[in-house]
Amino acid sequence: MTTTSAPERPAAVESPGGASRHPAPVRPRQRLGSRLGGWGFVAPALVIVLGLSIFPAVWALLLSLQEWDGFSTPEFVGTANYAELVGDADLRDAVMHTVLYTVLFVPSVVLLGLFLAVALNRRIRFIGLYRTAVFVPFVASAAATGILTTYLFNPQFGLMNNLLRVLHLPQQGWLEDPHQSMVVIAIMSLWGQAAFTTVIYLAALQDVPGDVVEAARIDGAGPWQIFWNVVWPHLRPVTTFVAIYMTLQAVQLFDLVYTTTRGGPLNATETIVYYLWQTAFRELDFGYGSAVAYGLFFVTLVATVVVTVQQRRAAARELETR
Amino acid sequence: MSVDAPVLPRRPLDTAEAVVSPPRPVRGRRRRLPFSAWHLLLLPVAVVFLVPFVEMFLTSFTPASEINRFPPAFFPSSLTTAGYEKLFAESDIVRWLANTAIVSVVAIVSHLVLCSLAGYGFARLRFPGRDIGFVAVLATIMIPTQLLMIPTYVLFARVGLIDTLGAAIVPWLASAFGIFLMRQFFLSLPVELEEAGMIDGCTRVQVFFRIVLPLARPALATLAIFTLLGSWNDLVWPLIAINDDQAFTLQLGLTNFQGNRRTDWSLLMAGNVVATLPLIVFFLVAQKQFVATMTFSGLKG
Repeated sequence: MTTTSAPERPAAVESPGGASRHPAPVRPRQRLGSRLGGWGFVAPALVIVLGLSIFPAVWALLLSLQEWDGFSTPEFVGTANYAELVGDADLRDAVMHTVLYTVLFVPSVVLLGLFLAVALNRRIRFIGLYRTAVFVPFVASAAATGILTTYLFNPQFGLMNNLLRVLHLPQQGWLEDPHQSMVVIAIMSLWGQAAFTTVIYLAALQDVPGDVVEAARIDGAGPWQIFWNVVWPHLRPVTTFVAIYMTLQAVQLFDLVYTTTRGGPLNATETIVYYLWQTAFRELDFGYGSAVAYGLFFVTLVATVVVTVQQRRAAARELETR
Repeated sequence: MSVDAPVLPRRPLDTAEAVVSPPRPVRGRRRRLPFSAWHLLLLPVAVVFLVPFVEMFLTSFTPASEINRFPPAFFPSSLTTAGYEKLFAESDIVRWLANTAIVSVVAIVSHLVLCSLAGYGFARLRFPGRDIGFVAVLATIMIPTQLLMIPTYVLFARVGLIDTLGAAIVPWLASAFGIFLMRQFFLSLPVELEEAGMIDGCTRVQVFFRIVLPLARPALATLAIFTLLGSWNDLVWPLIAINDDQAFTLQLGLTNFQGNRRTDWSLLMAGNVVATLPLIVFFLVAQKQFVATMTFSGLKG
């Protein structure tokens, strides 16, 4: 590329107004500046980012129209892979498991984040320690969380069953029980991810104007009234964002399943991405795997756009009625 | 206000606290506790969140015979470093640690350099194709990882990166998030400083390195933490791209261990401590920057 030497030459300064193509004080030496100079700054990162996203994304689309195991000659099959998606019973199960996890996880992580943020948003003694305790699980990896999960929820000598034993409550199978395994995974996801929603809500709470809250208090509003009528309206846009963001994370669940149950017991925790990973990298069905990936991408994209547009409309309508 | 309410000195209005107030001793309510009632809620919450880590550390020092005893005890009666000794003697954990450190260091350095350059280019420079380029970068944020796994694997296999540490490094050299973060930061800087530098005869590159970059330290810290967390903890991609245990990252080695040594809990937890402790310590030292990173990655949407 010719741009390698370009950063040596300055490009035009963009003034705050954005109108000046020719910034006033330039020295003759700088006027040589090529208009392509900016590419020298952005090209290296751009090549990596686009090369490892848009290029493979297009490639995946082509792969999804093929039958290919990675070695033999790929065979073009048109939309056959997508047609297969519709009747795939295993995939349907994986979708149900993913929906179950999403329904368990997303509302909990949003509500827990809101609750923790409200609780942590005050100046009392030890508040720094409380915040640290809630935030620090965020650094735990899926591998570490997986090992901790299998240990804490081990039916024989795990902490959870030990607690139940001391309380004289019935022992549970946890990860080994098909009806409970997804709940356990959701609980441990909550442990690691609550920090994120809490931090977002904390930031939003600090933006609530203090004088409005104070005015409401002087007018005799109780804590609940203040929360619902003054604070909550400020948190609603954040809530929409957090819910969408967490849903997008939830439907892509893979690593915690891999490090805890590997899809079991009886496939009860086999999620869409886990199924996709198995199809592609265990059965080497690259074409069908790509079709699954595109199916998931398409559904989540459409859902996100619909929800976002609806929310924006609702917000606009509310502004009008006020 | 009722007469018997204790009169507290009014503190200056504090936004952070005023948002949702704890019960105040007004309207006849008596304060019965010598401390805020919120402690009764927050202390158990904090304990619950810390329990997994406490268990991790305790178990890593617990003799194997005690872990598998029934009924299990909440606390071990004796402590041992046998788990760690076994871990270092019987596994390549040192190599995995070194591999992960290499991946993270290269990822952070590359991220800081490439993303700040690109962020600056998109924020301040004018060149043909700039807006299209930036929109393309933003669009990639929407593309989920699982869509890219298969073609990236095939691509890496063709260029011989599979089963090498390079496979773990290359995807972390730069990111759309990093470019976006740096661009937003540079846009918030007053342009006058750079103009002054240009007037004094600096080239654009000198302006960038001598004036702009030193001011960008908070954004660079955010980006470094984002990259550290992501590259250190990444599991899915190394799992796909690396099968050679000489090129394992910590997370991969740990997960592999979990399959082979299912019941060797003190060993597994010792590995867990080795993999997690560096990040925990770093978090405790730089909590403010970590929280800033989390907040920003939330606001990007």
